[in-house]
Amino acid sequence: MQLIYEKSVSGRQGIGLPASDVPAATLLPKALLRKEAAELPELSELDLVRHFTNLSRRNFSVDTNFYPLGSCTMKYNAKVLEDAAALFEPFHPMIALLPGGEEFCQGTLGMLYDLGQLLADITGMDEVSTQPLAGAQGEMTGIMLIAAYHRARGNRKKYVVVPDSSHGTNPASAAMAGYEIITIPTAPYGDMDLQLFRQAMNNEVAAVMMTCPNTLGLFNPHIREISDIVHSYDALMYYDGANLNAIMGKVRPGDIGFDVVHVNLHKTFGTPHGGGGPGAGPVGVRQALSPYLPVPRIRMDDGGKLLLETESGLSIGRTASFFGNFGVLARAYAYIVMLGREGLIQVSEQAVLNANYIKERLRGYYDLPYDLPCMHECVFSASRQLSHGIRAIDIAKYLIDHDFHPPTVYFPLIVKEAIMIEPTETESKSTMDAFIEAMIKAAELAGSNPQALHNAPLTMPISRLDETKAAREQKVCYEGEG
Amino acid sequence: MNDNHFCPHTPEEIREMLTVIGVGNVEDLFALIPEELRTKTFNLPPGMSEFETFARMQAIAWENTQGVIPFIGGGYHDHLIPSVVAHLAGRSEFYTAYTPYQPECSQGTLQALFEYQTAICRLTGLDVSNASLYDGSTACAEAAMMALRITGRRKIVVDGCVNPFSRQVLKTYLHNLDVEVIEIPPLDGLLNRTGLAGALDDSVAAVLVQNPNFFGTVDDFSTLADQLHDKGALLITSVYPISLALLKTPAEMGADIAVGDGQSLGNPLSFGGPSFGFIAARKTFIRNMPGRIVGETADKQGRRGYVLTLQAREQHIKRHKATSNICSNQGLCAVRGLIFLSSLGKTGLMKLARLNLDKAEYAKARLAEIPGVSVLQSAPTFNEFTVSLPKPAREVVASLLEKGIAAGVPLSEYYCDSEQLMVVTVTEKRSRKEIDLLVRALEVVLCN
Repeated sequence: MQLIYEKSVSGRQGIGLPASDVPAATLLPKALLRKEAAELPELSELDLVRHFTNLSRRNFSVDTNFYPLGSCTMKYNAKVLEDAAALFEPFHPMIALLPGGEEFCQGTLGMLYDLGQLLADITGMDEVSTQPLAGAQGEMTGIMLIAAYHRARGNRKKYVVVPDSSHGTNPASAAMAGYEIITIPTAPYGDMDLQLFRQAMNNEVAAVMMTCPNTLGLFNPHIREISDIVHSYDALMYYDGANLNAIMGKVRPGDIGFDVVHVNLHKTFGTPHGGGGPGAGPVGVRQALSPYLPVPRIRMDDGGKLLLETESGLSIGRTASFFGNFGVLARAYAYIVMLGREGLIQVSEQAVLNANYIKERLRGYYDLPYDLPCMHECVFSASRQLSHGIRAIDIAKYLIDHDFHPPTVYFPLIVKEAIMIEPTETESKSTMDAFIEAMIKAAELAGSNPQALHNAPLTMPISRLDETKAAREQKVCYEGEG
Repeated sequence: MNDNHFCPHTPEEIREMLTVIGVGNVEDLFALIPEELRTKTFNLPPGMSEFETFARMQAIAWENTQGVIPFIGGGYHDHLIPSVVAHLAGRSEFYTAYTPYQPECSQGTLQALFEYQTAICRLTGLDVSNASLYDGSTACAEAAMMALRITGRRKIVVDGCVNPFSRQVLKTYLHNLDVEVIEIPPLDGLLNRTGLAGALDDSVAAVLVQNPNFFGTVDDFSTLADQLHDKGALLITSVYPISLALLKTPAEMGADIAVGDGQSLGNPLSFGGPSFGFIAARKTFIRNMPGRIVGETADKQGRRGYVLTLQAREQHIKRHKATSNICSNQGLCAVRGLIFLSSLGKTGLMKLARLNLDKAEYAKARLAEIPGVSVLQSAPTFNEFTVSLPKPAREVVASLLEKGIAAGVPLSEYYCDSEQLMVVTVTEKRSRKEIDLLVRALEVVLCN
């Protein structure tokens, strides 16, 4: 499909602007102006609409396809959440920061306060900041809170411990907060190797970051023991909330020894992922860490009025321009109040039911490197198919031809030819059965006609792309006409 | 009330699935979780239907004061948004997709982001852009860290005229990294060039400036860029994308990295988010860029297509050695930015910028006619400028807010010796009538 720049016709006008109701001002001195106008596309409104509508049709999405992308929790995004978020579009964030401005923003500040309380209840934490703009920023914020905590106690800490099954963001976030990383291998039973973990722990460890259930979809039954060990070194437990969708109402991270938690609202709380973002990554803490939370902090006075605390000596400071991705936070708030207590419990139960159903149906066809009852996702390996020269990527591409977005492949890194399937609770049995049939067919083709898998996908506007060429040529900006 | 909560199974289906799994009931699936780890309290209220939910959200929105006329910025600006932006970005094929890991079924998102990157390159004049960062403030921090990686140095100098929120976020990000951050206090709403010269030495990785700056002043940093390059340091400019329709580009000034907030490009105010941060740089620095980058390539038949490229910089491959921890960015907001820019086009964006300039100049002249009020800058401004008032700005702003006008941002919160100063923002959305109303209301407040 042509680029929008290739459709541009010089002199064509898109959207008209209002006429000016003030005198024309003198333009700035030439030395301060750009020499040539920016070459932005010039299209009629209809051509523009066709361009983006046709582009959108080249996407798989939750609204068009089953999207069992493991670790990403691609559940249905209820339409009422979009309508709810739109209600807040006119509100300028700076009004709240003007003298006396909080008075004018009691609704939005109150919603952020309430959302913090709801998330604190779901995770078992004492206080939540809704400021972090994505899960990874929540992680970084959380580790910075931990650093501030240790600094205040005079602790000299140097390391953050992560299991080798962790999301890449965990070590990357800890590194951005100034820590060195210790990685613990996964034991054959699918959790961080306890013996190696014990050996690795020392007084310079600041925190241990865990995802629970972990990226293999397994709940670690030794989590209490781990947290006791961690706390005995005056280190803290960090909970990566990426997999919270599995345990709502069943387990609260705060009850099992975690001190700091982030949650991905675009995963567990039904806000759309936008093809890359925006997300939101609120971070919750125990009381001992709350003095360090980012500013501005929302406080409620005795009369129930909401106020902003912009200065706090102990706070790690600001992590974003304003109060977080408010539009995303509003959607998550609406989701939580709509589903309520029983609804969220049902979400986790059916997410786990669906993952176990797929796992059982496919166990005869693909290897299960960690064959234990799973939580919200299950991880297969295509190692059996590899003997026919078929890799996880080939199976993924075959699924595209059958209108399924592929599961996550090659993650977690510790599973060879990993295929990580997370159906989520919103998928019907009929949809999952059709997906299972396609997966079974792919496994059969691996033996009978591997070429058919190598050639996939054939039904898309393009077939497999040359990623090496992209990295070598580094064409990241259109340099044609213009 | 919706008692299936988007969980579609019938009781029969659940029974069938449990039979396949080989357990008696759903609770058995959680049997591996020891009893002592189970939730003891889970106190959320009961759920409700979507209609009640919407009514509740509406009630919350109505608790905010409606219709305040904003002459304020602070990094977010009240601009027009063409209807096409929400309708096209609101195609659920865009907004219910994930990060485009599987390019064959994600060409819509990938091509849109490639077009977005191109638009950012054309606005800033620089060679390469990523597929977005979180916001303008975090983009400043990411750019600073990028400069630290490129130069291998440990010092960042920041012009005090940079948005205070961005400076605060930068400090938060760098606090744990053994990096020295030096701030140069402003001089009359401009970069204090003498002060800066004193701070420049061979250990400086980069200087961060903003154009137009927080006071609204438009500057030219070309000479500074030359000075920095002589010392092996980089120039990072934070820019306001609407102003780039007219103003000298970061590339024309010799900047190495440009960043900014994309809210003004088709993203609603929405009480502070989501918007997006952008970052563009010279091509030689591409491997040090943070975040996702979309690149052009071809399939076996030679058909052009787009993929996420140079992923070896990123956290899911490099883990703690990645250029950034960023995973989810603000992709949909960046696509809104692209649709906004494309709907206005080359001349439309210039006209829009001219409207901002004209309205701000009108307001500036009218406000300066009020006895005791003067404009701080003799230097040119774009759509923001700073006025000095005969009364403390905090008091003036508070009383005008009671009248439904957000007259400006008082500077005393952010700078010392600035009790009387206030930054006024005038976008194309402010009518002459509203500007005149501001002038009259201010006159009244100052007389009392």
